Amino acid sequence: MTERSVSGGQSVGAVLRESLITGVVALLLFAPLTGVSLSGYTLEGHWQRPVWLAGWVVLGRFAFGWLRARGHLVGRLSGRPKAGSALLASWIEAHRTFLLLALCVVALILPWFIGKYWLNVAILAWIYVLLALGLNIVVGLAGLLDLGFVAFYAVGAYGYALGFKYLDLSFWAALPFGALLAACFGVMLGFPVLRMHGDYLAIVTLGFGEIIRLVLNNWMDFTGGPNGVRVPFPSFFGIEFGRKAQPGHVTVHEYFQVPFSNEYRDIFLYLLLMIVVGGLVFVIRRLRRMPLGRNWEALREDEIACRSLGIQPVTVKLSAFGLGAMTGGVGGVFFAASQGFVNPTSFTFMESAHILAIVILGGMGSTAGVIAAAVILTVLPEALRDFAEYRGLLFGCAMVLMMVWRPRGLMGARRARFDRSGVA
Amino acid sequence: MNRPAILELRGVDVAHGRTPVLHGVSLTVGRGEIVTLIGANGAGKSTLLMAIFGLPSVSRGEVWFDGQPITRLPTHRVARLGLAQVPEGRRIFPGMTVLENLVMGSMVGEKDEAALARIHALFPLLRERGGQRAGTLSGGEQQMLAIGRALMSRPRLLLLDEPSLGLAPLMIRRIFQALREIVAEGTTLFLVEQNANQALRLADRGYVLANGRIVLEGSGLALLADPEVRRAYLGGH
Repeated sequence: MTERSVSGGQSVGAVLRESLITGVVALLLFAPLTGVSLSGYTLEGHWQRPVWLAGWVVLGRFAFGWLRARGHLVGRLSGRPKAGSALLASWIEAHRTFLLLALCVVALILPWFIGKYWLNVAILAWIYVLLALGLNIVVGLAGLLDLGFVAFYAVGAYGYALGFKYLDLSFWAALPFGALLAACFGVMLGFPVLRMHGDYLAIVTLGFGEIIRLVLNNWMDFTGGPNGVRVPFPSFFGIEFGRKAQPGHVTVHEYFQVPFSNEYRDIFLYLLLMIVVGGLVFVIRRLRRMPLGRNWEALREDEIACRSLGIQPVTVKLSAFGLGAMTGGVGGVFFAASQGFVNPTSFTFMESAHILAIVILGGMGSTAGVIAAAVILTVLPEALRDFAEYRGLLFGCAMVLMMVWRPRGLMGARRARFDRSGVA
Repeated sequence: MNRPAILELRGVDVAHGRTPVLHGVSLTVGRGEIVTLIGANGAGKSTLLMAIFGLPSVSRGEVWFDGQPITRLPTHRVARLGLAQVPEGRRIFPGMTVLENLVMGSMVGEKDEAALARIHALFPLLRERGGQRAGTLSGGEQQMLAIGRALMSRPRLLLLDEPSLGLAPLMIRRIFQALREIVAEGTTLFLVEQNANQALRLADRGYVLANGRIVLEGSGLALLADPEVRRAYLGGH
C-alpha cells in the first residue's frame, strides 16, 4: 500500500529498473526452490525453470508499474490521480457498448464449440446468474437479507416437475406457472416478515427455505420424496429434441435435416436462458429508474423516513420479495428442464449460501458484478476439479480476501443516476 | 387565533409501549401560522410530532388535519394528505444522491419539476450538489436537504423537528431564514425546537411542553418575555 505513493509518477525507465530488481529477487528466491530437485540420491539442476518464473515476474511487474505510471499521467490531465485499476475501469466505461457486444457474440458462439460437459456447466452458470439477479433484488436493492432463497428455486423446479406429473404442463406452460407459483410463495413469505429486519428476517427466511425442502422431502405421496420426480425435456416450440419423436410429433434433427445430436437441446436451453437473463437485466435497469426501484433503495436506507414521505412499505417490500422469488422460480424451471430430474437434495441451505455469496461477491445492487460473480463462482469450481478437496478452502479464502479488500464486491454498486447534469 | 385551524390536537394521549409520554395534549395550528412547540429534552416534543403521523399511534384523543380526522390513519396515508415532516436527525437517504433524495419526497415518485425548481431557488446548494451522495453533505446541508425533500410534496403544513440540532449558529440563521421564505410562500409551519430563542422569534404563537403536558401558551413574543420561559428555556435570569 505504501508502495503506491512511492512509485506514483514513475518514468518508463524507473519502472523498467524496478522490474529488473524484482526479477533478480525472484530469481534468487526461485532458484533454490525450483531449480534443484532430488532424484533418487542425486540432485538435478533445472535451471531453466527459475529463469522462466523470474521472467514472468519481471513481465508482470513491468505491466503493473507501467499501467500505474500511465494511470498517473491520465490522472494528472483530468486533475485526479488514478490507480491502475481505475484506469482499467475508465477504459471499460469508454468502450462499454463495444465490450458488451463482444461479450454477447462470444456468449452466442460459445455453446456450439465447448462440448457437452462445459455446455452443462455454462447452463448452470446462466441459471445461477438468474438466481443471483433475483436475490439481488431482495438483498441488494431492497436490503432484505434472505437466507432461504433456495425455497423459490425449489418451488420453480418442482412447479415444473409436479405440474408435468399431475397437470401435464409442458415446459412453455411451466415457465409462467413456475414463476407465478414462486412469486406467490414470495409474497406468502413476505407477509409475516414485513415487520422484521436484519438478523430476525434472516432467521425466518432461513427457516422458510428449510421448511420447503423438508416438505418436498417428506410428502412422499405428492412429491415422491427423496426419490424425486422425472422432468420432461423442453421442446423447440413443439418440435422435440429426442432421437425419436413421440407419435404425431417431429424431432429437431428431422425437421432441420441435420444429423442427430443430443447437444441441440442444451444449446437451445443455453440460448433461451441468455434471452431470459437479457430480458431480466433490461427489466431491472428500467425498474431502478422507476419509482418502485427507488423506493426499494430508499426503504433499504431508512424505513421511517420512507413512511413519513408517504411510501407504503408493505407494497414495496412485497413487490421486492415477489419479483425476486419469481426470478428464482424461473431459474428453478430451467434447472429442472436441464437436469431432467429433480429431488430435494438440490435445494439445501448450501445452495442459498452459494447464491448469497454470489450476490455479495458481485457487489450488492450491482447487476454487472453479480453476473460476473455468478459466472466465476460456477465455472471456476468446475475448472478446478483437480483441486476438488481444496475447493472449500479456496472459496473461503477468496471470500475473506474479498471482504477485506473489496468489501463492496467486484464492481461495487454503481447506482443508477437520474440526471448526470446534476453532477458537480 | 381566529384563523381556521389546519392542525388540531384534542386531548391526545400517547404512550411508547407501556410508558405514557403525552397526557391530554391539545393544540391548534391555524392556516398560514407559524407555531412552535418548545420544551426540555424528554418532554415529549418529538413523540408528539411523530404521533401526528401515527408513529406511535395516539391512544386517546383526536388529531384533525384540515377538517378531517387523521388519528387512526396509517403513516403513509397521512403523508399523502398534505402534511410533510422533517424528522429529527434529518433521516435523509445517505447512499442516494441529493437529487434522488429530493425526488423521493415527491410522493408518487414522479419528478415534479416545478417543486424542484422552487426548492433549488430556496437552497441553491442543493442544485450544485445534485449528483453528490447525500451522506457526504455537512450537517447543515443535510438539514437543507431534509427540508427540501419534505417540501417536494408541496405540503400545506410542514412539521419540523429540531431543524437547528447540532448546527453552527451561522447555519441555524440560514435555515431559519429559509423557513421564513417558506412561510411567505404560503406554507404553514409547526416547529418543534429546543432552541427556544430562535424558534419563538420566528413564531406567531408558541406552546411549552413539560412532562408530556402543555403548560403554557401564548404569542411568540409574549413567551419570549415570560419570566418562567426565560428561566427554564432561555438560560436567562
